Amino acid sequence: MSTDTHAAHADDHHHHDGHAHGSFSTYMLGFVLSVVLTAIPFWLVMSGALPSKQITALVIMAFAVVQIVVHMIYFLHMNTTSENGWSMMALIFTIVMVVIALSGSLWVMSHLNSNMMPIHQMSGMK
Amino acid sequence: MTVAVNPSQTGEPVFYLADEHPHPEGWSTSLGFWIYLMSDCLIFAILFATFGVLGGNYAAGPAPKDLFDLNLVAVNTSMLLLSSITYGFAMLTMQQNKVAQTQVWLAITGLFGLAFIGIELTEFAHMIHEGATPQRSAFLSAFFTLVGTHGLHVSCGLIWLVTLMVQVQKFGLIEANRRRLMCLSMFWHFLDVVWIGVFTFVYLLGVLR
Repeated sequence: MSTDTHAAHADDHHHHDGHAHGSFSTYMLGFVLSVVLTAIPFWLVMSGALPSKQITALVIMAFAVVQIVVHMIYFLHMNTTSENGWSMMALIFTIVMVVIALSGSLWVMSHLNSNMMPIHQMSGMK
Repeated sequence: MTVAVNPSQTGEPVFYLADEHPHPEGWSTSLGFWIYLMSDCLIFAILFATFGVLGGNYAAGPAPKDLFDLNLVAVNTSMLLLSSITYGFAMLTMQQNKVAQTQVWLAITGLFGLAFIGIELTEFAHMIHEGATPQRSAFLSAFFTLVGTHGLHVSCGLIWLVTLMVQVQKFGLIEANRRRLMCLSMFWHFLDVVWIGVFTFVYLLGVLR
């Protein structure tokens, strides 16, 4: 048992400095990707290239998600092994919390908006 | 009540020594800093949720379409993106132990960050001049809180950056300074990630609305 813990600790020490670093090529790849992923949504909105606003909105949100992942990998060097996986665990926990907070707030408040509106104003809304 | 379970089976009390041995200084800093960033992420999530709920309540005041200049936002976004890549270069030169080059890249990063803050403050000043103050509508309160909090973070990052440049000038790229530069690197890239959410959900979707 005690040898096990020692081995685990030694492993710890070995890994803590092994925080992932980028190289010139990974930074440049991340930069080029994020420029493209930024430019396309701006162009879509400014030119109105897509026929409907809903589709444009969905597409630019998809671009944002992809760009966030690109930044996480190429700039923040996220991977499943750094800090023995604890930074990934913290990230996953945070994403779960963020999704609950965002979707929950928007869902509850939009229902509140449509259900609590005084009757005489309903016709004027939406 | 006495203790019923005795693992040693001999009647002798069993003592365990805590297996704590000294860790090198700063060994847990990057994980701790990451957890701080994640908690900061929750602050922004709440501000985004608030903006998402209130973003359509103009109170007969100006709407995003009347206020936002997407060209300016695009320039601002590129400032932050460029500062991200130059900070990356600073980290790369730091790994090669090149003090002077690291300082130059940090300075360039600081200038891009300063440009970002400058453009944002110009935008705010213009909006306030037009009467679009935080008090005008729920949309504007949420807007100024969210974007202002991000700008405040970038400003703090700039102060931190200058502090670290002074440290590196004074002590060189010692282990402690490398650790600090790595934390600021995470902070800086994290703010860029938050900005992706801001320009998408506040500016682009606002103008689309």
